[in-house]
Parts: sequence; structure tokens; C-alpha cells
Amino acid sequence: MARRISPTGLLGAALIAVVLLLAIAGPPLWGEAAARMDTGGINAPASAEHWFGTDALGRDVFARTMVAARLSLLLATLATLLGVGAGIVLGALPMVLGRRGARSMTTVVELLVAFPGLLLAMALAVVVGLGSRGAVLGLGCAMAPGFARLTQTLAASVAGSDYLAAAKVLGVGRRRRLTHYVLPNIAEPLILNLTVSLGQSLLALAGLSFLGLGVQAPEYDWGRLVSDGMTGVYISPMTTVGPAAAICVAALGFTLFGESLSQAASGRRAARGRSAVREHVSLPPEPGAVLRVEELTVTFPGGLRPVRRLSFTVRQGEIVGIVGESGSGKSLTASAVAGLVPHPGTVTAKRLELAGHDLLGLGERQRRHLLGTELAMVFQDPMSALNPALRVGAQLAEVATTHRGASAAQARELAVERLGEVALPEPARLARQYPHEYSGGMRQRAVIAMGLMAEPGLIVADEPTTALDVTVQRQILRLLREVTDGRAGVLISHDLAVVAQLCSRVLVMYAGRIVEELTVEELRAGPAHPYTRALLDSLPTLDSDRSKPLRTIPGRQPGPGERLDGCPFAPRCEAASDRCRAERPSLTGGVACHHPLKTKEAVR
Amino acid sequence: MAFVLRRLCRLLLSLAVVVTASFGMMHLIPGDPVRAALGPTASPELIEARRATLGLDLPLHEQFWNYLTGLFRGELGVSIATGERVSDIVGERLPATLELAFAAVPLTLLLAVPLGMWLAARTENGRRRGTELVFTTVSGFVLALPEFLVAIGLVVVFSVTLGVLPPAGRGDPSTYVLPVAALVLGPAALITRLIRLETLRVLGEEYVRVARAKRLAPARLYLRHVLPNTLTATLTIAGLLLAGLIAGSVIVENVFAWPGVGSRVVQAIVSKDYPVAQGIVLLYGAVVLVVNIGVDVLLGLADPRSQIRRH
Repeated sequence: MARRISPTGLLGAALIAVVLLLAIAGPPLWGEAAARMDTGGINAPASAEHWFGTDALGRDVFARTMVAARLSLLLATLATLLGVGAGIVLGALPMVLGRRGARSMTTVVELLVAFPGLLLAMALAVVVGLGSRGAVLGLGCAMAPGFARLTQTLAASVAGSDYLAAAKVLGVGRRRRLTHYVLPNIAEPLILNLTVSLGQSLLALAGLSFLGLGVQAPEYDWGRLVSDGMTGVYISPMTTVGPAAAICVAALGFTLFGESLSQAASGRRAARGRSAVREHVSLPPEPGAVLRVEELTVTFPGGLRPVRRLSFTVRQGEIVGIVGESGSGKSLTASAVAGLVPHPGTVTAKRLELAGHDLLGLGERQRRHLLGTELAMVFQDPMSALNPALRVGAQLAEVATTHRGASAAQARELAVERLGEVALPEPARLARQYPHEYSGGMRQRAVIAMGLMAEPGLIVADEPTTALDVTVQRQILRLLREVTDGRAGVLISHDLAVVAQLCSRVLVMYAGRIVEELTVEELRAGPAHPYTRALLDSLPTLDSDRSKPLRTIPGRQPGPGERLDGCPFAPRCEAASDRCRAERPSLTGGVACHHPLKTKEAVR
Repeated sequence: MAFVLRRLCRLLLSLAVVVTASFGMMHLIPGDPVRAALGPTASPELIEARRATLGLDLPLHEQFWNYLTGLFRGELGVSIATGERVSDIVGERLPATLELAFAAVPLTLLLAVPLGMWLAARTENGRRRGTELVFTTVSGFVLALPEFLVAIGLVVVFSVTLGVLPPAGRGDPSTYVLPVAALVLGPAALITRLIRLETLRVLGEEYVRVARAKRLAPARLYLRHVLPNTLTATLTIAGLLLAGLIAGSVIVENVFAWPGVGSRVVQAIVSKDYPVAQGIVLLYGAVVLVVNIGVDVLLGLADPRSQIRRH
């Protein structure tokens, strides 16, 4: 495996190496000392001569611990191999057996998995008899169901794959499909699990021996030594602690190594974070503005700036559309306004004002109250925007109890009222239902109703119709227009047609910046920025020539980490000149372009 | 309702399998179990007499019938070694084991659930890597250790070295501390890990973003919106934990000389007192099955979506 192993994994590997060395070299080196009886020094506590003390026959426990490594490891390996072998056979059989056989096999495995391994091992120890053989057999059988289930799960994931379907079509037989297609593809996770299982069976065997159900005298393994030591634990604790420590070392080794192997395999990557910093300059407020944003920037670690020095204002009674391709920073702009940028992201702005209150200057508590009452968010996916474990009515009502100090009964009443306002039939009954009982359109209505609970001044809708089917889209857009009447709205969308329907003003974003700001009339008359033009051209209309393919915009948008000196759209722009590539145009007269289009042609 | 009935049918079927297996256990033993139990010095007459009292001289199907009818009367058989009724042994020993279990399960959940959620809230989105590292290291270490080593470690530290708690026996409240602690530590570490991961998953869900957009107080956010959605996974694992507790209690009872069924079953196996071992293993099996069904039904009740999903 070429992937990197963590330091703890290396430690684990080192511990395993020590145990392996002991298993090989222990018996020849210490075998004699371990068997030598010293009748003068029975049950002696730890000393310089006997590090772990001596046992009831005066034998050196340290030497016995070293020697016992071999038997402990050997038995654990045998039990694991037995368990894995039996488990893979049990788990793979359903693939060969056909439907009915497969189902009954799966049921048997399900039943066995539920039983604790120790219980199965005990039952088998009764049948097979006490001793190493019984313990290994019992433990192997106890491990088999777990591995069978793992094999089944993994095999099931392979069973859905295209290459297996192809093999089936090609007429590859069941058995060959299993040995040549399924098993090779599930080998890696199985082997990973083997390492962890080896550690577990080492522990389980030690446990069995400790109980007296495993290795019997005169043979001894670590568990047996611990059990022998316990009788004299008050006189000589080391006699117990020594062998116990050996078990710990071995178990830790296997666990650490196994875990780091599976982590390396799954390629888990942890995000690193920084806390948010906000810069803030006081400026006089502008009357009539519900939302004022100046030089809003969102930064992520690693020099990523998906939103760059954005300024815009949303006034009472208007709906402002923010459009752009995915990755233009439009959704993050909405999140930044709502204070919902996920953790490593940092939001800075010269001004961020909601309903005349400075969001940056407020304390956490007041900020929460202001955002909770003045701003409502409508998210893209109504399927996941409602909490599946709570009744819809309760999710609406809690807004009123949290922010408006309403009693539970008042809040419930208000929730039903709001559900009625978004044209949901039988709101009182629907309020008592769970989200999964709603259709997609109904959920989006409920989300909008939830936004209305606190009588907000601003409604921010982030792609509110993208996840809905076309007939429902229209209804939701109409509803949004109704509920924003007398308030202010922001609609985030990639769809110029939707924006043109609902909004009065449009901001076009490209690579984290506004490239054009225009009214819907101006948009219809013909935009000035080549990017907006290109977006319009890529829309199908009723009179577009269907014999020609739709226009697409060649190239791609620069990423949030790229530094560009010139116009970010220049590489994709037909009208780009050398000036465009060298100097970034600023937003003047509503457009950020060196060569704005002058033609005012009618759209649609 | 149909789903509960289906579960009950499955429980009965599983119980039938377990009962048959426990009956078979006795008959799969190579050689003569009575001879093995009484030792080579026992006279043939004694062995014949004991075989007759155990009913082992009857044909197999009659034995099975007697075993089944006996179970319905609450009879689990008679000890080969002492002649005591196994049901009496269980009745006398079970309360001590149940005490441990009833102390350990709530304690585990009370420790693990708040701790796991707190850790998730603290380390969300890779914040506070230090806390995460300390937690994963400590819990990983605890998880790597088996119960009997944890138990022995507790005895060595608190009884032998510090001398503050009794090392064995069942009596005043102080005798419960170490056995319960030994039972709780491992499962608590496991469940804390699980709750942390589940909470982190739920915190990334869209509806939590929505709940945050509503600016709810943190207590409401975590307890009403996040916690219920972590319950499915938590209850599933808690069920496995309960079943695992049975294995744990066998070990812990043996370390602390606790007079429960767990220490008795080991004695029975070592002394080849098969009916006693058989009876207790059957009891354990039945408990595992009943607990699993209980968790399944609870899951069905706790998750409003499951009624649809299970059809």
C-alpha cells in the first residue's frame, strides 16, 4: 500500500514487531528460566532478580511472560484464520447458492451476529472440552459470523457494480464470478479487518484463559499467567500486572496498526480551521435600505477567496436577483449575509447592515436576535431542509417561542396560520405531520412559512426551485413574490429566466465579483457585459432555432484561489483585448467591462 | 403494529433455534457427560442412577420433549454435581447480575451521550484539533483494553495500591463501584465516539443549517434538532452494548468474585456440570434475543420515518 501510515500506525507496527520477535526468540532464550522451580522463593514479590516476582512454584514470572508470547500469538492466529476462513465461506455462500438458499444463509448469519462472541465460545468450550483446542475452535466459530456479515456487505456492494453486471451478461458462471470478480475486489477491506481481528482474538483468548476456559496447566499463555497472579495480587501486584502489560502492548499494537491502515485506505482528510476575523468601519446609514453590504469578502484557508469585495443594497419592496454559474460565489454571499458561512471560512466587510442595524457591531446575542427576526432563509433542497424527527408545526412554532416570546399555544396557532398563508390545505392537520408525509412542493411551502414566522424584513431564497419539478416551480415562484410583497427579497439563482420573472433588479456575479448590475428591463433590452449576454444566449426560448445547438460559454470560470490581473472573463470573451488581460475593469455605470456592448436589442 | 408482530414472530423462531441448540449442546459432547462430570472413580451404578435422574437413558425425541415441556414449566434441569435445580441456582444468582447491568447501562448512556455531543460541538469542522486528538487517543486506548484487564487495573490501583475500595464480593455500596466502573468504561468510550461522529454528521445536514438560520438557542438546537436524529444509530449500538454487557458481566463477575450467574457458569463449565452450563447459556441467549427485539421496536417508535421504511 503506497498510502502514508500515521505515526500511531508506525508505533503499532513497532509493537507488533516486538511481539513477533518475542514469539520467535522467547522460548529458546527464557525457556529454561521459565521452567526452573525455586522452592526457596515461592510467590516472591518483584525484585531485581525476578522483575515480575515468582509464582506458586517459585518460577520466574518475567521469563514465563516472555515464553508465553509464542503460545498466545499462535493460538490467536489459529483462531483468527479459522474465524476468517469460516466467515468468508459463510458470507460468500449466498452468492453461489441462489435466491432461497441465500436468504436463509443471511438470516442465520444475522441471528449469530447478535450473540456475543464469548457466549458462543463458552457454548463451544462445553461441547469440545476445556483446553487450547476448545478455545481456538470456540473463538474461531465466534468470529465467523462477524466476518460472514462483513463479506456479505462487501459482496453486496460489488454485486451492484457495472463490471459484475457485464460479467453476468457475458455468461460468466456464478462460481467464477465469485472467485474472479467479487473476492479480489473485497480482499483489501477483509485484510484490513484481519489485523484488527488478530488483536481482538488475542484479547479474547487471554480472557478465556483468564476465566479458566482456555489454556490448561501445564501449558500457559498470558491470560493464564494473569489469572495465576491474581491470587497473590496483594503480596505481589507485579506478578499480575507484568503479563497484563504484555497483553496490553500486543493488543494496542494490533489496534493502532489496524486503525491507521484503514484510515490510510479510506483516505480520510481532516479540515484545519481558523477563527473568523471581522473588520468593521462605521458609515452613516442609508434610509430605505433593508440590507446594505459593502466590500464583503469571504476567505477560506489556503488563499481561497470565493467572494471578493462585493457591494450591494437591497431596498424595501424590491427583489434583487443574484445570478451566475456555479462557483461564482452567489450562494456564499447569501450565507455570509445570514452569518452561516461554515467554520474555516472568514467573513470581512466594511459594512454589513440589516434593517438599519450594524450586524458587525452587535454582540452575539443581539446579532442572533436580529438575524432570527429580520432575515428568513429559503434553501435549495426542501427535502433536507426540514428536520425529519420533528413535526412540521413544532419546527415553525419554535421560531415564535424563541424570538417573539410567544407561549407554546400562541406559537402553535401562529404556525397553523402561516401554513395557511402559504396556501397549504388543512394547515391544522399538516402542522401535526412529519416532513416525510409532505410532497416536495409542500415542504418548500412549509420552509417559506417557517421563514415568515418572525415577520422578517428580508427573505433570502437560495435556488428555491432548483430541486422541484417544473409545474411546482411556478407555484413556488408565485408564492415567493406574494410573501415578499412589502418586504425585501434576495433570490439566488443560476437561471436568468427565473430571475427575470421574479426580480426587479439583477446582480450578475462572476468569479466572486459583481460584473454587472442592471434592472430587469435593461436585462430584457440587452445587457452591456459580454458575460451576461452569453448567459442570455445560452437560454432556450420559444423562438430559438432548434436546428442549431444552444450557445454555450467556452472555457471555465477561474477558481477562488486564482490571482488574475486582468478581467476574469477575458479568457472566455470574444471581445477581449490586451487591456482586458492586463487591467481589471471596475464596476462603473453598472458594468465592469472595458468594452461594454452598446447594442440595445430586444430579448424575447 | 404489523412490524411489531413480525418482530415477535422472528423472536419466537430465533428462540426455537437457540433452545434446540442448547439441547443439542449436551448431546454433542463426545463420550458420556455423566462419566465426565462424576470422574473416573464413580461406580457404574451411581452413573446409571444419575443418568436415569437426568433422563439421559430415554430415546432422543422423548428427551427433547421432556426438555421443552420442562422449559415451559420453568425447569432448566438438575445439576449433575450437586443435584440442585438449575432454576433455583439462576433464581438465586440472577439478582446480583441484574444489579450490575441496571447500574451500568444508564450510567454508560448518561456519561457517553452528553460527552459525545459536547465533543462534537467543540470539534465541529476541524476546530480545536487538540481536544479531538486527546479524546481519540484516550478513548482508543480504553477501547483497546479488554474488560478483564480494565477490571484488574482498577483492582490494582484502587484496592491494592490506594486501598480505598474493596477488591471483591458484594455487600455495601462501595463494593459496587469497581465492578460497575469496569463494565462501564469500555462501552462508554465506544458510545461517546459514536455519538460524536453521529452528531457531526447531523450538524452537517441542511436542516441544521436551517435551524441555525432560525437562530435558536444552542440548547434547543442540540437537544431538539440534533439529538433525535442521532438516536437511530445510538439505540442500535446501545442494543449491541447490552448484549455485549452479558459477556462483560461474565468477566467482571469472575474478577470481583461477584455472586452472579456469570461466575457460576464458568464454575459449571470448568467442573463439567453440563446442565447448569446449558441452562445459563440458554438464559443468556434468550436475554440477547429479547434485548435485540426490544431495541428494534424502540427504534421503530423513535424514528417517525421507519414505519414507511419497513414496509
